[in-house]
Amino acid sequence: MKIRKVSILSVILLGVILGSGCQRAAEREDRTLYYFTWSDYVSPELLTEFERQHSVKVVIDTFSSNEELLAKLQSGATGYDVTVPSDFMVSIMITQGLLAELDARAIPNVTLLEDHLQRPAFDPEHLYAVPYLWGTVGIGYDSAVVEPQPDSWAVLWDQRYAGKISMLNDQREVFGAVLRSMGQSMNVTDPATIEAARQKLIAQKPLVKTYASEHYDQLLASGDVILAHGWGGPVARAMRERPSIRYVVPKEGGTIWADCLVVLKSSRKKELAMQFINFLIDTRVAAQTSERLLFAASNREARRLVSRQVRENPAVYPPADLVPRLEWMKDVGRAIRIYDRAWTELKMH
Amino acid sequence: MFNLVFLYVPILVLLVFSFNASRLAATWQGFSWQWYGQLIQDRALHAATWNSLVVAAMSTMVATALGIPAAMGLERLARRSQHLLGSMFLLPLVIPEVMMGVSFLLFFVMMGMPLGLTTVLLGHVAFNLPIVILIVRAKLRKLDLRLQEAAADLGASPLQVFRLVTLPLLRPAIFGAVLMAFTVSLDDFIVTFFVAGPGATTLPLKVYSMIKSGVSPEINALSALLVFLSMGLVAFSLLLQRR
Repeated sequence: MKIRKVSILSVILLGVILGSGCQRAAEREDRTLYYFTWSDYVSPELLTEFERQHSVKVVIDTFSSNEELLAKLQSGATGYDVTVPSDFMVSIMITQGLLAELDARAIPNVTLLEDHLQRPAFDPEHLYAVPYLWGTVGIGYDSAVVEPQPDSWAVLWDQRYAGKISMLNDQREVFGAVLRSMGQSMNVTDPATIEAARQKLIAQKPLVKTYASEHYDQLLASGDVILAHGWGGPVARAMRERPSIRYVVPKEGGTIWADCLVVLKSSRKKELAMQFINFLIDTRVAAQTSERLLFAASNREARRLVSRQVRENPAVYPPADLVPRLEWMKDVGRAIRIYDRAWTELKMH
Repeated sequence: MFNLVFLYVPILVLLVFSFNASRLAATWQGFSWQWYGQLIQDRALHAATWNSLVVAAMSTMVATALGIPAAMGLERLARRSQHLLGSMFLLPLVIPEVMMGVSFLLFFVMMGMPLGLTTVLLGHVAFNLPIVILIVRAKLRKLDLRLQEAAADLGASPLQVFRLVTLPLLRPAIFGAVLMAFTVSLDDFIVTFFVAGPGATTLPLKVYSMIKSGVSPEINALSALLVFLSMGLVAFSLLLQRR
């Protein structure tokens, strides 16, 4: 009898302990923000600062491409609160109903965004997305070797630089470069134009050393390539290793991109999530991030706080007169199949 | 000789360049500890390392606890069912890992289980279990059955036979299985990639996403540490087995 009492008591005790443990875990869960982001996109000091201010914990998980992010969310991963898709992925995620509507009052810093980011085509009212970091796609080149200084996409077809050219390993961007060299938009859907672009790319292929989206900064800095089609940030990194590197967005124009902060519809901490977004686009925080990652901050005031070297680097902060010539990558609808096929053919050629 | 060169030269290069002062992977600009310094300060990396170690340790423990009885049970079955069940247990070793990942993902989503460290753990148990069973069964086959019979004959209960005779004889195999399962779990990418959720980024996932922002020598430094860790583990297991 006694033994039984003891065992019942201990079961109750165990239950209480476990229960209180769970409760505490649940409370902790309420004060934890899950941030799904690109690797190395946020500095630890800033995170710690936000955590102290709001007495919360921020847990970071990383993805390596927009497609990976979408796949993860579509497959039913819930629990993330804030994430950072690029502009075109924002449109897709809106269509798929993955994003929560934002409350403009909860993100007062939105008014500090650059003028051209105030009403972006993919989300004009900032109903779902707040631009965070932005930049351009252009050409990084070694000014010690490339003569004269290039100002047209046509330089990527120059025989003199055969075997010293790298192109992004990105279907839409590579077609963007060739379409612009033909005086077209990167968002054309006309099959004949795309076919002409494909022919031009096949003609260019013997000159191309590699199609790379990741390590072209290293190729540039080591001199393995002297012309690199790419994003400004990595080119700016290459400049630190080899000062003769320059960056240009040719006169025909280039892509503008923006990684945007969004709150997921499945998030249960939307208030906290919006506070976090507001924190990340705060002038001082954005300036620190911009300085470290070498991408332009969406906050127009932040520019004044970054070092002159970064602010005046066209690879990081595009000059103001360039902005009208920049173009967002848009969904091309059904034509994406034509692009897909042309791209595969180019790769196999 | 050729094979050895292929195996070890890349690792050696990796080790050397983890001390490179330059960010560039290709050019040597002097000796520096800076990447190890950055490694120590990288908070996301700490979390990923911790996740990896927890998952590896837990999945190994669970898989071993389930795998030993499973192996022993299998050995006692009639030949035909032994064959059938045995191959069913080994199936996860041969089906492509990508398929395993996808099917786990679909299963978890269907069950309404939120993706996270728990789902990663379950996935790892699932592929560690066959490893443990395989190794333990191989040893069981070689054991002299008469020893266990003698023990029983001398009045030992089945539990005593297991605890005092079978288990000690199996120990080297169990130890090997534990090490194997731990290592496989530690560097699994594919299954983890599919079933990971919030707060469950493991070290391989982290390394993969780090490459996106440029291969920095920080990855070299991290890999160097991992090489030393696994070398240490192997040396440790050899030492224990010699005793």
